[in-house]
Amino acid sequence: MARISGVDIPRDKHIVIALTYIFGIGKSLAEKVLKDLGIDQARKTRDLTEDEIIKIRAYIDNNFKVEGDLRREVTQNIKRLIEINSYRGIRHKRGLPVRGQRTHTNARTRKGRKRSVGIKAKAR
Amino acid sequence: MSRSLKKGPYVDESLLMQIQNLNETSAKKIIRTWSRSSTIFPEMVGHTIAVYDGKRHIPVFVAEAMVGHKLGEFAPTRSIRPHVFKGKGEKTASVKKKK
Repeated sequence: MARISGVDIPRDKHIVIALTYIFGIGKSLAEKVLKDLGIDQARKTRDLTEDEIIKIRAYIDNNFKVEGDLRREVTQNIKRLIEINSYRGIRHKRGLPVRGQRTHTNARTRKGRKRSVGIKAKAR
Repeated sequence: MSRSLKKGPYVDESLLMQIQNLNETSAKKIIRTWSRSSTIFPEMVGHTIAVYDGKRHIPVFVAEAMVGHKLGEFAPTRSIRPHVFKGKGEKTASVKKKK
């Protein structure tokens, strides 16, 4: 059972893929880590030696911000935008798209499920 | 796409001049500007700049954390208004202004 940077225990998968279970490590970073350490990407996590796991763990801890730290950084950045009352901060606060996308239609990811508003209440 | 580093940050020359004048005389005065696209420089911290929103000049007090942002980010150009109920029976469309 491999445990790298905190909680993540990927297994039975290729090590490239297993590494992407860590928040903050995607495919390209995972590839880079393995290339720098000279470990074959296609090997399964369970086939790695304890030594290699330790090497990966050290490499990630020393070079990247992952998991909790990274999440904290993201929320702090958003909080900063809200505090200085910038346009982007306002968009975050209102739960609307931040980067200038249209909101006439779509934007459902940010706005959540459709809520109907209107003058429907005419019958009575 | 972000601006080329070669050019350096954009700022309205005359605005920066005015700020520098204020800094030299250590005076505090509200500067009105139309230059929403100007980057906020460290020199501007502590000043109040009235940024045009298309209709009025919105006073913006520049804080430390705002450095590097643009002036226009702090003076929204759109007003957010809820839907207004226009009495019953009337067919007139309610005032619609989202965003």
